[in-house]
Amino acid sequence: MTRYILRRVWYMLLTLFIIATASFFLMKILPGSPLNAEDKLSEEQKEIILEKYGLNDPVPVQYAKYLGGLVQGDLGVSFKFDNTPVTQILVDRIGPSALLGFQALIVGSILGIFLGLMASIFRNSPIDFSSTIIAVIGTSIPSFVFAGLLQYVFAVKLGWFPVALWGTFEHTILPTIALAIHPLATAARFTRTEMVEVLHSNYIITARAKGVAESGIILKHGLRNALIPLITVLGPMAVGLMTGSMVIEQIFAIPGIGEQFVTSVMVNDYPTIMGTTLLFAFGFILIILIIDLLYGLIDPRIRLAGGSK
Amino acid sequence: MSKLLEVKDLKVSFNTYNGEVHAVRGVTFDLNKGETLAIVGESGSGKSVTSNAIMRLLPEPHGFIKEGQILLEGVDLAKKSMKEMQKIRGKDISMVFQDPMSSLNPTMKIGNQIMEGLMKHQNMSKTEARKTALELLTLVGIPRPDVRINQYPHQFSGGMRQRVVVAIALACNPKILIADEPTTALDVTIQAQILELMKSIQQKTDSAIIFITHDLGVVANVADRVAVMYAGKIVEIGTVDDIFYNPKHPYTWGLIGSMPTLDSNDEELFAIPGSPPNMLTPPVGDAFAARNQFALEIDTVMEPPMFKVSDTHYAATWLLHPDAPKIEPPDAVKHRMQGFAQTGTKGGGKR
Repeated sequence: MTRYILRRVWYMLLTLFIIATASFFLMKILPGSPLNAEDKLSEEQKEIILEKYGLNDPVPVQYAKYLGGLVQGDLGVSFKFDNTPVTQILVDRIGPSALLGFQALIVGSILGIFLGLMASIFRNSPIDFSSTIIAVIGTSIPSFVFAGLLQYVFAVKLGWFPVALWGTFEHTILPTIALAIHPLATAARFTRTEMVEVLHSNYIITARAKGVAESGIILKHGLRNALIPLITVLGPMAVGLMTGSMVIEQIFAIPGIGEQFVTSVMVNDYPTIMGTTLLFAFGFILIILIIDLLYGLIDPRIRLAGGSK
Repeated sequence: MSKLLEVKDLKVSFNTYNGEVHAVRGVTFDLNKGETLAIVGESGSGKSVTSNAIMRLLPEPHGFIKEGQILLEGVDLAKKSMKEMQKIRGKDISMVFQDPMSSLNPTMKIGNQIMEGLMKHQNMSKTEARKTALELLTLVGIPRPDVRINQYPHQFSGGMRQRVVVAIALACNPKILIADEPTTALDVTIQAQILELMKSIQQKTDSAIIFITHDLGVVANVADRVAVMYAGKIVEIGTVDDIFYNPKHPYTWGLIGSMPTLDSNDEELFAIPGSPPNMLTPPVGDAFAARNQFALEIDTVMEPPMFKVSDTHYAATWLLHPDAPKIEPPDAVKHRMQGFAQTGTKGGGKR
């Protein structure tokens, strides 16, 4: 088990290295420079700034410096935000994103699983049809359309929530709902499909033949076997949610990672862009590792060698 | 012997897009305490549907009991609600299924799967149930039960899994054990072990067994009485000796004739021509007439009633009518019957 995790960590580092390299060279290919918008600066001043940030060095030297910093956990200094270290920016910004993402994931997956369960139990009933409609709407309507709609109805018309503000729990409600709709729809769809299949399997008939009550059939025997594919789709979705939805954060003016990422791209703030990309990648790889470990917890058949004996 | 289960004129249908499929069309039989009744017939003859109807495991509402009674010690199961059935399933009647590879929950320890019924039906505490589960595992012949109880189904072989399924079915000392082709998915050596196991357990627990199979060789081994099903009806029913030494129905002849024997290289393997009728529109008269070389004219017009051959032996064929021509079973079948007589049916099903 320990060996397995160590190997996974090693792969993780390798992946991060590749992503860091790719994003570094992509930055170099990107047209424009961080000083594009700075019309007030003279050529000499620009030259001094470029020199200061090492942007005049040959590319291999810049790359080596960047990697060197990376190894020491230094993501560089933002070109734009008062020379704040990128690490600091990320730390400051991850909080709101993670909070929103976590809330959306919990709300979305719990409601989605519930909806999917209901649909699979009352198959071809009005409950099933409305669940399918919600699932189709949730997957096909982009979250920003939904966000706009929520703002219009609940903030503008009803005035229950602020349109876009950050601070208290109340402010998180609308963006959470907007973010939750997609995982909700996905969870509902997958839970229904899987449960319908699982409920037709032979071991469910065995359980019925034992006299297990219907609630036990669904929760004890059914749901656990239906969870595997659900985790596979919800996991990566969780990374997307936790590390911030760029669009939703823009719409609701949330000081999160996604909003930061968009702003940084606009102004060619290389270190911040690369730092954020690495953070996304790191989150993704970490979640996938957790999912792999979760699989074994849920399904003994995929428990790791040596873990089960 | 006292009657434990009486099935009276049971009719089961399935509603499909094409219409109503008449899977079971009036089945009547009794089951006595401690006896083994085998129900044989080819695929689609309604034997599994009959057993699922007794357990009320039909995929309701589109599969349903249309008519008839299923009396367990005088109480009609066909009229029970699902809640009431949950108290009967696993306690009074339990079931062993065909495919041990898929009939155990893959994400649950086998111990818990055995204990589930015990805790529900016998109000056992977890420790009591665990103790009983260990005893059951020993009873069904699983070595090292204290280790095995904590393992998952994928850590067991097919034969071992079927032993676990048998242990689950036996957990609450059921009055009736329904075994739906319990050995079909296993290889021959394991088949014999599971059959031996079921026989020895029956002697210990005195439960009655309904044994569903399409394998006459297995029947000779385990059953006291045999019911032959065709197209949703019982066409012949009798003791093992009645069916093997004195079969009366041409379909039973066909089944016996189509059993391969070890010395069968010099004789033709008897095949029943054609295929079973479509149960969406069951034929008028005798459902077997179209495949029956001995069919009489009346077979296409009127269904034969059950004719009494002896106190234990009944068959539904017009050939038993006093006015019918005397027809002897085909030579291939007679040869088999002589073979049974030499070895003795109880001695071991000839396969």
